Formats: sequence, structure tokens, C-alpha cells
Amino acid sequence: MKLSNIKRFWISFILSIPMLIQMFAMPFHWMMPGYNWIALITTTIIMAISALPYWKSAIAAFKKHSANMNTLVATGTAVAYFYSIFAMITNRPVYFESAAFVTVFVLLGDAMEEKMHDNASNALGKLMGLQAKDAEVQRDGKFVKIPLDQVQVGDIIRVKPGEKIPVDGEILEGVTTLDESMVTGESMPVVKKVGDTVVGSTINSNGTITFKATKVGSDTMLAQIVDLVKKAQTSHAPIQNLTDKISNIFVPAVMIIAILTFIIWYSFLGATAVKAMLFAVSVIVIACPCALGLATPTALMVGTARSAKMGVLIKNGEVLQEVSDLNTVVFDKTGTITVGKPEVTDIVGDEKQVLTIAASLEESSEHPLATAIIKKAEAEKLAIEKVDDFEAIEGKGVKANYHDQTAFVGSNRLLADVNISPEMNTKATKLQEEAKTVVYVGLNGEIIGLIAIQDVPKPSSKEAISELKKRGLKTVMLTGDNEKVAQAIANEVGIDQVIAGVLPNEKAEHIQELQQHGDKVAFVGDGINDAPALSTADVGIAMGSGTDIAIDSGGIVLVQNDLRGVVRALDISRKTFNRIKLNLFWALIYNTIGIPIAAGLFASLGFTLSPELAGLAMAFSSVSVVGSSLMLNKTKIAGDTAKA
Amino acid sequence: MNISQMLVLIIGIILIGFIVWWFFGKHKEATGSGTIVNDEQTATIVVNGGYSPSTVVLKKGIPAQVNFDMRDSTACLSHVVFEQLGVNKDLTKQKITTVNIPTDKPGTYNFACGMDMFHGKVIVK
Repeated sequence: MKLSNIKRFWISFILSIPMLIQMFAMPFHWMMPGYNWIALITTTIIMAISALPYWKSAIAAFKKHSANMNTLVATGTAVAYFYSIFAMITNRPVYFESAAFVTVFVLLGDAMEEKMHDNASNALGKLMGLQAKDAEVQRDGKFVKIPLDQVQVGDIIRVKPGEKIPVDGEILEGVTTLDESMVTGESMPVVKKVGDTVVGSTINSNGTITFKATKVGSDTMLAQIVDLVKKAQTSHAPIQNLTDKISNIFVPAVMIIAILTFIIWYSFLGATAVKAMLFAVSVIVIACPCALGLATPTALMVGTARSAKMGVLIKNGEVLQEVSDLNTVVFDKTGTITVGKPEVTDIVGDEKQVLTIAASLEESSEHPLATAIIKKAEAEKLAIEKVDDFEAIEGKGVKANYHDQTAFVGSNRLLADVNISPEMNTKATKLQEEAKTVVYVGLNGEIIGLIAIQDVPKPSSKEAISELKKRGLKTVMLTGDNEKVAQAIANEVGIDQVIAGVLPNEKAEHIQELQQHGDKVAFVGDGINDAPALSTADVGIAMGSGTDIAIDSGGIVLVQNDLRGVVRALDISRKTFNRIKLNLFWALIYNTIGIPIAAGLFASLGFTLSPELAGLAMAFSSVSVVGSSLMLNKTKIAGDTAKA
Repeated sequence: MNISQMLVLIIGIILIGFIVWWFFGKHKEATGSGTIVNDEQTATIVVNGGYSPSTVVLKKGIPAQVNFDMRDSTACLSHVVFEQLGVNKDLTKQKITTVNIPTDKPGTYNFACGMDMFHGKVIVK
């Protein structure tokens, strides 16, 4: 019969209900009429449906000189079941419920394990869903739509506005801007022209391009990302090493203890064969390492699922372990603490005129500062005017003919050629001291205004950093910017320490330096150039939608580009790891205390465990571990608004 | 101590000795190799209470596939995981599950069940 574990579980569970009722009625001295026959029939069905696969597997494993959880399950259930039949014939008390309950709870564990694997593969399916389904490929001079898997290297592909780039390639014709955020994490669209490379699954926004496919199938960047996630999923949590080590010798050791129990009781203490056997069976039943096996995976399953709902992707169990030792959090500045998009903060002079001239001149520029000016002009609803005789002043700015006057916009290098009033100059210096980049706007050889541009901190950064400090963590900011800008931002958000003027390739070294002082460091960053720092840190936290998976060095990935995610990530990691430790502790306690009791070590004190009590204890240990893991869903996590 | 008690003691000790020898003693593990047909090699591993054979040797340079023949219906062995290859396959969905093994360079690929209790390896040389 081919049944899934969950179906087997439900059938077995329903069949075991009469025995469950009897067990709870026992203390009240109530006996179910015809209990033995009911138990015999239901247990026999449970054995045939659910326990038989374990018996088969245990026998096959035994032939290969190995023993596992199945061996204990098989031995425990088989002994309890066949003894009960023997006991029924000879009119002794039966222990069918032990056999039935052990089977039911082992199945529950297996069914949960199955569900966990299904969840994991779902996440992977979503990633693959980022891919385009088909591509417009040139065939015999015409563009035809073909399925993605038929695209070959060298194919000429056309992509219209709003469509996804199907595969990786190089542009042959056209100019467009691409939203590459899913791959690079850069939320600003990137301008692409002839000769530039494009990445599959990014979104084409405004132009039509044709490009030559250079990488298809499993070579594309997205495929590599998916591969990476797969590897992360199959990687192994180090805390499980303990249980793995134990499991190798655990089962044969338990069997030996059970035999010793029988010998000692029967041969040395003169107990009856039945009594000795009850002790031996109790040992086997209580020793089922289900709780031990469930401890880590269930907590991981609940913890990672909960964190995923909050936009925190935890890559593996190792990260959880590292998080619990952290004492320092290092942040990248641009795009992490700050928005990563420069914004106009101040305008000096006739605001309307200055902004109109600047926007009109900068309209065709691709410079990020120009983008900030145009955005500001759009927000102020200013009309961008047509200019002619447009000309770039090399390294200084741009100039053009504006209403028959020569207008110009640029950096302080322009000042060499034009006049600036002392008053304007003082204002410029003041703005620079506030760590703002100043753009000069001029008309007819005279500076008429200033535009100050700043990359402002995210609104949530301050709150997130104070939350981290409340948790006793030291906060450090790492940036390539000059000291003034960096310190101004640090003061604003409450960062403890600033390391400024750091070249991108030096970030990892600075983290190492902190580690050498004995600090356990988490690094929070986004973008590809942070990868070395992310992997050097004890815990790498990668921010931003999309980049998540691209950064293999990030142990934790935040889907939202929000620093409060860091607080959440640390909270949930700590809580999950603590839960794993608690679970393992309980599971081990159950076995280390349970086995001696089951073996009758305290029998002289009148303290023994019958097989059914051992079965209950075993079941309860599994349930308590699962329950304890499920409690993770209820624990308080900072800023968790999306309650499940 | 009466006769039956002596008997239980002796049988018990023999049983313990047997368990120790059977589970902890060194036992030769079966090794299999791929069969080459039309410049493609395939090897089959039967999954039933473990992997048999648990070690498969493949020749370098010939495209290779390892077939897992699932005959066990407990959750223990329901998945096979090749950690280095990032492969995690559910064996219960179909009878035979095929895993492609890169043979471009010599090396050893370890595999294990989903709970990391059973182990095996594929050696390319």
C-alpha cells in the first residue's frame, strides 16, 4: 500500500483513540469493555499500515551492519506488539498502546520532516519564477516568440519596454534603462547602450533593445543564484553534529543496555522473565531518539518560516549559532544607513529660478546629482525649459543658452571662471560643513544660486540603531566618504564609532581589525562590492531586495531595504537558537534520565516506568519539543507588525 | 543462580557481543562502478535501509548518471542530498531518481539522506 506519511499518521492516530481514552481512564479504574480485543485489532492495523515499513527498513539496515532510528522504532514496536499478543493468549496485561503510540508519534515526526522539505523547495520555485517565460528571437530575419529553453548562445533577441530580459547578453542596438534590482540590489534604473551587458530576468523599462545572447540555461546569472540557494539549503547546521554523532552509536548502545537490563533483572535480581522483559522494553521505547531528531529541524523550520514572513531570510543553522555571540554591528553607509539616493536639501538664491535653470541644463545628464535636481524640480512642479547650444565644460559642469543668456551649472571648479559674491561663498562653506555637496548655478558670468544635495539617512535608521544599542551592541559605520559627511550622518542616527575614508576593498580589513580586538562582528551591507566584508564578518547581513541571493557571503538576507530588519534578524536568530538549545537539552534529559528509570534503577524506591508510561514519556518528549518549537511563533520580536 | 538464569546470562552476553561485532566491527563496504554504454556511464544504487552499494566509482571524462532505486518507504531515506553539488532530491516521487554527476575532473562527491544518518559517496577517477 502506497500511503504518504501524513495519511498514515491520521489513520493510525484515529485508530489509537480508543487506547488513548483507556489510558486516561486508567487512574479512575475504568476498563473499556472488550479493551484487549479492540486494542489487538486497531494495533494490528496500525502495525500493518505504519510500523511495517520501519520493520522492513530496519531489517535492510541491519543486513548492512547499520542501525538507526528505524531500528529502535522497529524493535520497540515489534517487542511490545508480539509480547502483547503472547500476553493476551496467556492472560497477562497487554501493552498494545505502547506499540501504537510509538508508531503514531514517529510518524508525526516523519510527516513534519516531509512538510519541511516541501516548504524549502517552494522557496526555490519562487526564485525560478523571476525568469522570463519566452523570448523574441530573430529567426530568418523576423522576430518570433520562442520558449526560453530554446534560446541559444548567439541568438539575436529583441526586448520591448516593460518586458523581462530573457537571458544574459550584450546589446547590439538601442538605448534603454533597466531595473536590475533583482540581481544587483541597485534600485536606481541603470542606463544601457550598445556594447553594454544585460542580465537575464532584469526588467526593461523604457527603450526597445536588441541584444546577442551570451549565456543561456544554467550559465545565466539567475541560474547561478538559484544554484547557490540550493547549496545553502543542502548545507548542514553544525549544531546537528552533536545529534549525528550520538545517533551513530546511540541505537546499538540502547539495545545493549536493554539486554543488560534483562540479564540483571532476570539472572541477578531474580525477577520473573515478564518483569525483566518489561524493563527491557521500557528502555527501548523511552530511548527512541525522536525528540533528539526533532529538536533542531522543528525549531529551524518555525524560526526561519517566521523570519521569512518578516522579510528576513536566514541561510542556515550556522548563522543562528554565530548571532548569539555578537557584540558589534558594522554598517556600510551608502544605501544601508542612508537612502543611497542623493536628494536636494537646500536651495540658496531665487529658489524657482535656480532650480529651473539647473533642471533645464541637467535634463539630459546621467549624473546622480543631476537626477536629484530633476526629481526636486518635478516635485516642485517646475517646467523644464528647452535650452540650446548645450555644451559640457570638461570636469566642471555644463553650460547652455537659456533665454538668450549663458547659463551654467557645476562644481566649485567653475569658480575659477566666474564671479561669486562673498555672501554666497559663506553660504556655500556653511553647507559644506553640514556635509552637503554644493552645486553652483550661474547666469551671465555670475553665481545666482546654490543647490545643496545630500544622501539622507533612512527614516528608520535612527530607531533601528537605538534598538541595537539597547541590546548592548556596539554600532560602527564604515564608509568611503570624507570624515565630515560621515560624522554628520553618524551623529544624526546615533552611531557609536565612525571609520571614514575607507576604500571599498579595505572594508574587509577593517572588519578583521575589529575581530582581532576580540569582537564578534556582524556586517550589514548591500551590493556586490560588500561581498568580501560580508564574508569576513562573523555574520554577514545583506540588505535589499533581489541582491539577497546574489550575495553568497551574506548569512542573513533582508528582503526590505530597512535597518529595522537587522534588529528583527538578530532577535529571531537568537530566539531560534536558544529554542534549539532548550529543545536539545530537554531531549537529552529525557533520554539520560528516562533510560535509567526505565531500566528499573530506582525500582527499590518504588519508582518505575511501565512500557506504556515509557511510551507516553517518549511521546510527550516529542510533543514537548515540537510544542516548544511552535512557541517560537508566539515570542515577541521587535517591530513584528505582520503577525501570522 | 539456576539453569535458566545462567542460560539468559550466557545468551545475553553472546547477543551483546554480536551487536558490538555487527554494528561497530569493521565490515567491508560494497563498491559499485558505472556501466558504460554509448559513451555514457550509469550506476544504480538501491535504497533500502541504506544505500547499496554505498560507494560508486565512475570513470573521469564520461558523462555519468547515478540512479537511485527507491525501495524504502520510511521518511529516513526519502531524500538524497549531495552537499557539494547542491542537489536535494525527493526519492519518493518516482521509483528511479537520476542524479547527474560531473565527471570533468577527479573527485569525491559525498551524499547522505535528508537527516544525514546514512552516507555514501561517488568517486570520479
